[in-house]
Amino acid sequence: MSLKGAAYIAGAWEHPTRKAPDKSIALLHAECARGALADAGLTKDDVDGYFCAGDAPGGLGPLSMVEYMNLKCRHVDSTDVGGSSYQVAVGHALEAIAAGRCSVALITLAGRPRSEGMATGTAPRPGNPAAPEMQFEFPYGPATANLYGMCASRHMYEYGTTSEQLAWIKVAASHHAQYNEHAMLRDVVTVEDVVKSPMVSTPLHRLDCCVISDGGGALIVTRPEIAKSLKRPLVKVIGVGESPKIQAGGDIDLTFTAARWSGPPAWEMAGIKPSDVKYASIYDSFTITVLMQLEDLGFCKKGEGGKFVSDGNLISGVGKLPFNTDGGGLCSNHPANRGGITKIIEAVRQLRGEAHPKVQVPNCDLAIAHGTGGALGTRHCGSTVILERE
Amino acid sequence: MAYVARKIPFVGTPDTNPETKPFFDGAAAGKLMLRRCTACKKAHYFPRELCPFCFGDCTWEEASGKGKIYTISIMERANPPYAIGYVTLAEGPSVLTNFIDCEFKDLKIGQDVVVKFVKCEGDGPSLPFFAPA
Repeated sequence: MSLKGAAYIAGAWEHPTRKAPDKSIALLHAECARGALADAGLTKDDVDGYFCAGDAPGGLGPLSMVEYMNLKCRHVDSTDVGGSSYQVAVGHALEAIAAGRCSVALITLAGRPRSEGMATGTAPRPGNPAAPEMQFEFPYGPATANLYGMCASRHMYEYGTTSEQLAWIKVAASHHAQYNEHAMLRDVVTVEDVVKSPMVSTPLHRLDCCVISDGGGALIVTRPEIAKSLKRPLVKVIGVGESPKIQAGGDIDLTFTAARWSGPPAWEMAGIKPSDVKYASIYDSFTITVLMQLEDLGFCKKGEGGKFVSDGNLISGVGKLPFNTDGGGLCSNHPANRGGITKIIEAVRQLRGEAHPKVQVPNCDLAIAHGTGGALGTRHCGSTVILERE
Repeated sequence: MAYVARKIPFVGTPDTNPETKPFFDGAAAGKLMLRRCTACKKAHYFPRELCPFCFGDCTWEEASGKGKIYTISIMERANPPYAIGYVTLAEGPSVLTNFIDCEFKDLKIGQDVVVKFVKCEGDGPSLPFFAPA
């Protein structure tokens, strides 16, 4: 039985802060929850399902935030797959709603790595030595920037992808960010600016990387009857997919992402193809992340991502596939080092016609919001959500 | 940008996971130990007792220590910079490692490399690194 259309995104709210040293992480989550409920026209008492991931403070999944916000839930889910958790949460909320386990699902993300001075991309993060891979990876200095740099190096080797092509992705994001008053980086940059910015980890330059920001976001996913009783434009969930990709016992291929596997079930459920999509939110921890996911989601052939993203093809009003019209993680924000939820929020804005007028896609009725969590160079999850304006 | 030795961190001890202790014992003796499945005959990495391809039982064997660079990223922001990458071993599996005793800019994907062992900081174990053959 297809669950296409079994749930709607009725509320979406992004925290305007990019630096919040005066707020707790729990408060940021709660402010996002309040914002999304107000956006939907619902109240806290309407929430009966809560979804969060590893950024939620406290050690037992959703429990601390359910306590802090004083929610009365009959369904919770704290699947943590990094920045892709929130697309996964939309899918899981859809399934829970279809199964009658909840009616109004609240999803929150928040964090403040910027205030906490976290070296997000350049310092390897030690974990529990009982994680079976830890002792075979951590000594070699796997930091986020070099884990993605290794993918870019191999993609360049196999397909001839260039730094200039990758730079076009940042250029497009910057064209959009100039209109977002909350974006951290609002200056429009050129290909030359990107390739001449300091090298972080070859072949990725500083401007190939996303920002480090505080902030958060929240979504309300609900039953069709409830969504239709509200006063907001209707945004229907028509396709979802999720899949992890790993090193597979050493049988590695770093030229593709988990989108190769999370995309097809979402496309099939939605009954549409990539060329039908009017707007794409694509996870953008680095420029290479975008390029590989676009290939794997089928927007172009494998290996042709460099050509696809060049010459402004991702710029709204200029190219064929407007992407990340809020400026994305590359220019606007990457709260809690997890960009999944802001991808969905901007897709909802586009489908409602509420994006900034300078980047609003005309007649935007079909959008995709794809997330990646973890690291492309070792293991990660891909998660795909396809949305339709009804 | 030439290789400069850096402190290699390690979390836990070789005894943390009893399943992989022979790997570290081998490294201490200058041997790269690999796991191979007795059922499907495939080698894998990082080492596991149960084969990640078929859940068969595995035995240890000493690898040739030879391989080719699968990919590289030179972490220029670090001090000192280091070169992280994967090496595809002659036995099949690709392993995460660093490249040492070389000029980083001369490293090429597809290049032949050989294993060398470097001791982690403090009481840490020796681990396999790779250098141009």
